[in-house]
Amino acid sequence: MERRTLFPGRMLPALLILPQLVLTLVFFLWPAVQAIRSSLEREDAFGTSTEFVGLDNFADLFGDPLYVAAIGRTAFFCAGVTAVSMGVALLLAVLADGELRGRAFYRTMLIWPYAVAPAMAAVLWVLMFHPQIGLVGAWLNRIGIAWDYKLDGTQAMALVILAAAWKQISYNFIFFLAGLQAIPKTIIEAARIDGSRGVHRFRTIVLPLLMPTVYFLLVVDLVYAAFDTFATVYAVNGGGPGQSTQTLVLKVYLDGIVNANIGSSSAQSVVLMAGVIVLCALQFRFLGRKAVT
Amino acid sequence: MAGLRLEGLRKSFGAHEILKGVDLALADGEMLVIVGASGCGKSTLLRLVAGLETPSAGRILIDGRDVTGIDPSARDIAMVFQNYALYPHMSVFDNMAYGLKIRGLPRAEIRAKVDAASALLGLEALLDRKPRQLSGGQRQRVAMGRAIVRDPKLFLFDEPLSNLDAKLRVQMRGEIRRLQRRLKVTSLYVTHDQVEAMTLGDRLLVMHQGVPVQLATPTEVFERPADTYVAGFIGSPAMNLLPGLLGRNGTAVSLDGTEIDLGPRRIPRPDGHRVILGIRPEHVALDPAGAAWPVEVVELLGSEMLVHGRSAAGASLTLRTANGPPPGEAIRVSFPAAHLHVFDEATGLRLEPAG
Repeated sequence: MERRTLFPGRMLPALLILPQLVLTLVFFLWPAVQAIRSSLEREDAFGTSTEFVGLDNFADLFGDPLYVAAIGRTAFFCAGVTAVSMGVALLLAVLADGELRGRAFYRTMLIWPYAVAPAMAAVLWVLMFHPQIGLVGAWLNRIGIAWDYKLDGTQAMALVILAAAWKQISYNFIFFLAGLQAIPKTIIEAARIDGSRGVHRFRTIVLPLLMPTVYFLLVVDLVYAAFDTFATVYAVNGGGPGQSTQTLVLKVYLDGIVNANIGSSSAQSVVLMAGVIVLCALQFRFLGRKAVT
Repeated sequence: MAGLRLEGLRKSFGAHEILKGVDLALADGEMLVIVGASGCGKSTLLRLVAGLETPSAGRILIDGRDVTGIDPSARDIAMVFQNYALYPHMSVFDNMAYGLKIRGLPRAEIRAKVDAASALLGLEALLDRKPRQLSGGQRQRVAMGRAIVRDPKLFLFDEPLSNLDAKLRVQMRGEIRRLQRRLKVTSLYVTHDQVEAMTLGDRLLVMHQGVPVQLATPTEVFERPADTYVAGFIGSPAMNLLPGLLGRNGTAVSLDGTEIDLGPRRIPRPDGHRVILGIRPEHVALDPAGAAWPVEVVELLGSEMLVHGRSAAGASLTLRTANGPPPGEAIRVSFPAAHLHVFDEATGLRLEPAG
C-alpha cells in the first residue's frame, strides 16, 4: 500500500521543501555557477582585476603535462581502490554468507569502517605504516624491506589506495551480501546436484547472478575513488612525495587554494563536474536496469 | 540404473527431531512416492537422499554404494525442484547442458543428449530462450530435461507440480509417469497431493510426524490402510471413522447401540474393546432398513452428491451417492461388511482378523 500525505494549499508544501532548496542553491548550484564563470576568466597576480579569456584555461589545462599525468594517476588510483575494495568485500561477503558461527558479529564488525571519518581512517593507516613508529612500517624496515611512503612515490600510492579502499569495503560488503542472499537457495542446490563445486560454481552460477550488484558497485566505487577521497589522500601525505599521490581532486585544491590560481582550479572543477555527471548518468542507468530485472 | 536403500535414517534440527528413523529399499527402476501432510518430514527425507542435508544417524546407499557423507555433486543423482530452480542467466540449452559440461563430455555428445531430451519433452523450439521467457509448464519441462540428460542413477522430485495450475498439473503428471516408465530410472517423488501419489507411484510411503506409517502399493494403501491416519489421509472425501465397541465375540461392532456386522471375519480382541470402524463414503449404502442419520448438509458435485449426516451422539458420517437420498430429514444407511475397516482406538492401528 502506498502511504501518502496530502497537505492543504500550496504554501505549506513549498515551505517544507524550502530549506532543502536553499541548501542546494547556496552550497551546490551557486558554487557550480561560480566555478563555471571563473573557469572562463583569468585573474591578475594581485587579484585586483579579472578578464574574460574564453576556453583558454581549459586549453592550458590539457596542454599541461602535469595535468595529463594527474589524469593518468587518478585513473590508476580509481582502478586500484575499486579493485581492492570490491575484491576484498566480495571475498568477505561470500564467507559471511556461508554457515558461520557468530555470523551477526562478523557482519557488524565488517560494517564499522564505514562509520570512521575519512581523515581518521587515513591517520589510522599512517600510524600503522609509518616507517619509524608504525607497527607494520617499522616491521617492514626491520625485515629488510626499505619502506618509507614519504620518500617512495609508489609506496605512497599503495598506501593511499589501501586507506581509501578500506573505507569503501564496508559499503561494498553490505551490497554484495544482500546480493548473495537474494540468489535463491535452490539454484545453488541445483548446481550442487549438477556436480558443480567451489570456484567453478561461483564463476558460472553465483557471479553471473551477482552482476547487477557488481555493475552498480563499480560505478559507485569509481565515483567514490575519483571524487570522495580528498580527505583520505590529503591526510596521508598531502599528495606527495612530489606529485606521486596528487589526484585530480587534490590538484583542484592545491592549485586553487594553495597556489591561488583560481582560473585553472575552476576549469579543473568543471572537468571533474562533467566526470561526475557522466558517471552518475551511468549509475542511474544501471540502477534502472537492476530495478527492471 | 540402480536401487536405493535407506537404513535407520534420522534427522534432527536442534532439539527437534524431524525424521524418526526411516528404513526403505527401492528396487531398480521403481518409482516410490512419499506422501504426507506438510511438516511430516518428507522433504527432509528427500534432501537427505540428495545430500543437501546431513543425516543425524543412519546410512544412505545408492546402487549399493554408501553415499551418506558424500557431496551431492558426487552422488550421480538429479533433482527436480518445486520452483524449478533453473539457472536464470542461461538459455534452455545451457541449463540442460550445464551438468554435462562439468562432466567434461565432448561438445557433440552434449549436443546429442540435449537434443534427444528436448525432443522427448517438446522443447526443441525453446532451446535459445531464457527461463523468464517460458511459461510455468515449459519451465517444468526444462527442469525435467535437465534431470534426464544427466542419465543419473536416481531421480528426486520435490513437489514438482505444486506451482502449476490444476489442468497443467494433470497433464504433467501423466508426462512424468510416461517418462519414468520409459527411462526406467529409480525415482523418489515427494508430494502432499494424494491424487499424484496414487497415480504416480509403484509404491507409496505415507509419512506422519517423521515416521513412515505405511509402505505399500497405492491399491493396498487405499484398500487396507495401516492406521486411522492413513485411512483419513488417502481418499477424498475422507473415510468415515466411527468410534464403537467390539461385540459378538469379535464379529460385530456396536455404534451407539446399533450393531454392525463385520461379516465372516473375527477380530481377535475381547468384546467391549474400543475400536474405530472405518468405511469410505462411496461404500456407505442407502438402505431403508438401516439406521437413521439426521442430514446436516448436502453437497452437489454434478454427477454425484455428498450427504453429511450426524448422529445423536455426535458422530459424523459422509455418504457419496449418485442417486440422491430419499427426501426427508434423515437418511437410512447400512454398512456393507466387505468394505469395513477396523482400527484399535488406543493405537490407531488396523486390526486384522484372526487366522
